Amino acid sequence: MNGNLASITGLLFDPLFATPFLTGLAFALLLPLLGTYLRLRDEWLAALAFAQTAAAGALLAMLAGLAPLFGGLLAATGVAGLKSAFERRNAATQGAAYALVLVAGWGVSVLLVANLPLAERLGHALFDGQLYFADRQHLIAAWLTLAIAGAALLRLSRTLLLCHLFPDFFRARGRSERRVHLAFDMLVAAVLAMATMSIGVMAAFAMIFVPPLLAWRWAGNWRRALFLATCAGLGGYLLAFVLALVTDQPFGPVLALLFVAAAILSGLAGRVWGAT
Amino acid sequence: MLIEARDLVAGYAAPVCGPHSLTLACGEILGVTGPNGCGKSTLLGALAGSVRIFTGTVRRAPGLRVTLQTQRQPRVDGLPVSGSELLALTGAVPAGLPDWLAGRVSERLDHLSGGQRQFLHLWACLQAPGDVVLLDEPTNNLDQDGVEQLAGALRARAAAGAGLIVVSHDADFVAAVCDRVLSLEVRR
Repeated sequence: MNGNLASITGLLFDPLFATPFLTGLAFALLLPLLGTYLRLRDEWLAALAFAQTAAAGALLAMLAGLAPLFGGLLAATGVAGLKSAFERRNAATQGAAYALVLVAGWGVSVLLVANLPLAERLGHALFDGQLYFADRQHLIAAWLTLAIAGAALLRLSRTLLLCHLFPDFFRARGRSERRVHLAFDMLVAAVLAMATMSIGVMAAFAMIFVPPLLAWRWAGNWRRALFLATCAGLGGYLLAFVLALVTDQPFGPVLALLFVAAAILSGLAGRVWGAT
Repeated sequence: MLIEARDLVAGYAAPVCGPHSLTLACGEILGVTGPNGCGKSTLLGALAGSVRIFTGTVRRAPGLRVTLQTQRQPRVDGLPVSGSELLALTGAVPAGLPDWLAGRVSERLDHLSGGQRQFLHLWACLQAPGDVVLLDEPTNNLDQDGVEQLAGALRARAAAGAGLIVVSHDADFVAAVCDRVLSLEVRR
């Protein structure tokens, strides 16, 4: 037992795996926190659309001779800006718009990967979630993202809750819900774009969606929800990283399936213990 | 004078209420009553600046901090926010809450009854730092004790210097709490 633990710890600190591990760790800390706030508006399709268009943007940027990171960021934040135009539409229209963006992003990405050999390796990394390809540049970008987005989220936290729970109060004080939503969407899009470059589309989405789902069910208040979401994100990440490494499987699907299993267990436990 | 409206006609795509004129002074509670469809909520929205004004004027004292609570309750099912966290958002404190609620402020909002949540929202708006409080049908979902506690809280807020406008279909409540009453009629 001790021997197994030592060999796993050894793997995490192996210079070959330490960089990818630390890169993913930054997103495992940030995405669940962001998702806890994102859940206030239930706009999951939009979040998935951000991640998918970030992948398409990264591929297009690479083909144009630009940094994929730049293309991913530009595409995702562009969609976040476009989303603002649908702010006053009903939920069905918004959902349809996000679904179209999502399908378009997927279509562009798959066609590029299928037809251009240059796009194939990056495409597989983006879709399969090949965290192990993360290099020093990804590592620095991930921790910078954590620092900047964490500070922005800290600043937006009270405003987002006030906006949701006291919309009339918020407007009567002369503040604009639209600007707050736009700022938050931009933040989510930028973070998802950065995360997609390192851990892949679906792993980034799973990380922003599932830990908050668990936390909202079990936490007694907002502070605890943030804490629980972070713990769930970190726990799932550590387990997925080690499992994927030991079984020689791509990281993204392992993480996604672990989170799905955790969500099912949480649902069953909720029925037994009567959590919300 | 905190707010002064003159010949105010307000609405959405078309005018819904008015023309109405009113004033609100510090420490005053103004009641607004009338049948369904007469534009009570629209008038409140126009005073808060969130509804279109067709003609007439609304003048507010410079730097006026307005608090508005409408009948539209936000969705809280599954939301892990406690009562005390809700109050903290507007700068309100739990001290002074009725006994039947004071012991439950640490619980999640979705574990409270509709009346308890309504009272917490009202308390958060009443205790928020500000000059004017606009409340739309505040007695909805409240039982007799809740209504009495609310009446006490409104008077205490007015005594502290705030101006309040209360829209309500409950004529007894308006008569018991308000200093003046503005009765609206359906616009023809």
